[in-house]
Amino acid sequence: MSDVNEKVSDEVIVSLLNVEKWYGSNNVVKNMSMKIKRGEFLTLLGPSGCGKTTTLRMISGFEEPSAGVIKIENESVEMKEPYQRDVNTVFQSYALFPNMTVFDNIAYGLKVKKVPKDEIKTRVEEMLELVQLKGFEKRRIDQMSGGQKQRVAIARALINAPKVLLLDEPLGALDLKLRKQMQLELKRLQKKLNITFVYVTHDQEEALTMSDRIAVMNGGIIEQLDSPKNIYEHPKTKFVATFIGESNIFEAAVNEVKEDCAVVGMECGRGSILPDDVSLGDNIYVSVRPEDMRFDTESVEGFNIKAVVKEFIYIGNITKMVATLSNGDEIKFTRLHTGKLPQVGDVINVYWSLKDGIPIPTETAAELQALKNVKIG
Amino acid sequence: MKIIANADYVKRKKKSRLSQVFMCAPLTVWVVALILLPLLYLLFMSFMTKGPMGTVKYIFSVESYIRILEPEYFNVVKKSVFIAAISTLACVLVGYPMAYFIASKKKISGTLMLMMMLPFWTCALVTIYSFVIMFSNSGLVNTFLMKLGIIHEPISLLYNNFSVAVGMVYELLPFAVMPMYSSIEKMDKSLIEASKDLGAGPVRTFLQVTLPLTKPGIFAAVILTFIPCIGYYMITDMLGGGTTMLIGNVIYNQFTSARDWPFGAALSCILAAVILILMYVYTKFGGDLDDLGA
Ligand SMILES: Nc1ncnc2c1ncn2[C@@H]1O[C@H](COP(=O)(O)OP(=O)(O)OP(=O)(O)O)[C@@H](O)[C@H]1O
Ligand SMILES: [Mg+2]
Repeated sequence: MSDVNEKVSDEVIVSLLNVEKWYGSNNVVKNMSMKIKRGEFLTLLGPSGCGKTTTLRMISGFEEPSAGVIKIENESVEMKEPYQRDVNTVFQSYALFPNMTVFDNIAYGLKVKKVPKDEIKTRVEEMLELVQLKGFEKRRIDQMSGGQKQRVAIARALINAPKVLLLDEPLGALDLKLRKQMQLELKRLQKKLNITFVYVTHDQEEALTMSDRIAVMNGGIIEQLDSPKNIYEHPKTKFVATFIGESNIFEAAVNEVKEDCAVVGMECGRGSILPDDVSLGDNIYVSVRPEDMRFDTESVEGFNIKAVVKEFIYIGNITKMVATLSNGDEIKFTRLHTGKLPQVGDVINVYWSLKDGIPIPTETAAELQALKNVKIG
Repeated sequence: MKIIANADYVKRKKKSRLSQVFMCAPLTVWVVALILLPLLYLLFMSFMTKGPMGTVKYIFSVESYIRILEPEYFNVVKKSVFIAAISTLACVLVGYPMAYFIASKKKISGTLMLMMMLPFWTCALVTIYSFVIMFSNSGLVNTFLMKLGIIHEPISLLYNNFSVAVGMVYELLPFAVMPMYSSIEKMDKSLIEASKDLGAGPVRTFLQVTLPLTKPGIFAAVILTFIPCIGYYMITDMLGGGTTMLIGNVIYNQFTSARDWPFGAALSCILAAVILILMYVYTKFGGDLDDLGA
């Protein structure tokens, strides 16, 4: 997780204000407002079909918002065609021109702008060097590998020095290793050129490693827009807690608020969390990361949760433990203490550090239903 | 071990090649018996001598080919090529926007293509006759214009080079639209978006991206219209009214009324040669022969 990029200014470069998109009766983007800052790496993250591509296409101008305003550099772009907007896109399928060489592909934007020939040549060469493709200028597109095509696509967009670069799952077609390598390269390029990136992905790990800020989307709305650290450590909604990494979610009611802790009652017993952000009588979710779950043979002060160890799962270097609560729900533990591990069938006392039990407001019943339909990645 | 495995592989390969031969046999017989042999016979015939009363003397001569160079016939060849070229050009110019339109209407493109193909499935004789009925001196168009008082006596819309060309376009448009439609449809639409994204307007995008990428379809359309245009004698007969003689009509006459088989055969061979050269040029430009059969 990178800390906030120091080059990000507070100046807003793209802003969406109450933007809606309807396809017939299908509301794909719902009343979305968002401010993108100059120089930042902002990621739109969410499950398939949540409207990421649609949002991106409204910024680039290939889709018109059904309602709301999009501004680029404080200017409404409603009347501007895609070719009049100062943004460029890296398409998921690369969309390189198969009838042109690598050089001509990269030079396309400059040729359109009637930049003098020798300037084009030097700038394309610079670009090729930047994306580490020197010597490939004469190649045809079908003679390039997936990763190389990806770099050409990035170079073709970057050479225009756009104010904003939009990337729609640009690494989707690459294998894991190349993907990791390209993630680093993209991040390096973004920092070096200091261009605003709006990046679409449904891979949470990718989002966490690359972004300055992440907008977690679900069903056409932004659930949370925050730094990777905050998204992970302080999820604002149940969806965010479960979509980004794994979480154990407990439905709870706040029974008692003391100075240093709040006691919550759950179906499976009693637990404690920090008293900030909650008040007596609230119905909330308590979200606890598997790595923050603790257990003991003795009972722990402030907690009264019993579980039966169900199984151990070995995943490479970590061991995951699954236990069943008294109400039948399963909970997960990782980062198990070394020392004596319990046996399958043992009864354990479950607890967590107060700060690790994150309170999340309950959604309405309809939203709960929607959550159940979303595949948790 | 490796060698044995290799031998095994070779054997298997041989076997599959053998089975390929068997599978191709019916097609091979078909092609040889019904296409290759008649063509060879045509070639053979073109080098024979004309006998009296429409008979053929089996004596070698190149007389028929020399006759083609006589102005009377050579002009026909020139004119045929000219009219075919004009018709082809018109077919492509009219057909491309049509194909583009059909391809862009995703939901109804199947229906539109079907409508496009209907006249093509109808007997050509019928469609050409309907054309005659529309444009003859007492036809629909003339009557209408006279009723409106725009003209006072019928203008002759038929029986000239122009009407022949229009008739050709009318008959052959589906051949032009089909391959162009398929290549426009096959094109990755995100390329058009990419071009616009990089700042190119619609005209530039069309010239730099759409047109080059649909070139194979245009070439296929040219071949598929030019070839029938050159040989179509029916249209010339009915819409040219005997004034517009094209190579197809001359060939037809040689085999029917004139009964000069060697000369007819020689003309046919020249026509076949022109077509083969066109096909060769087409593949040289990167065309795919499969597209012609599409
Ligand atoms: N042109 C269109 N017409 C009608 N519905 C559309 C159109 N484009 C997208 N949709 C619908 O809008 C919703 C959001 O689509 P979008 O492409 O933005 O999703 P996404 O978040 O990019 O998903 P993915 O991760 O699968 O790419 C989907 O339910 C999709 O079916
Ligand atoms: Mg998408």
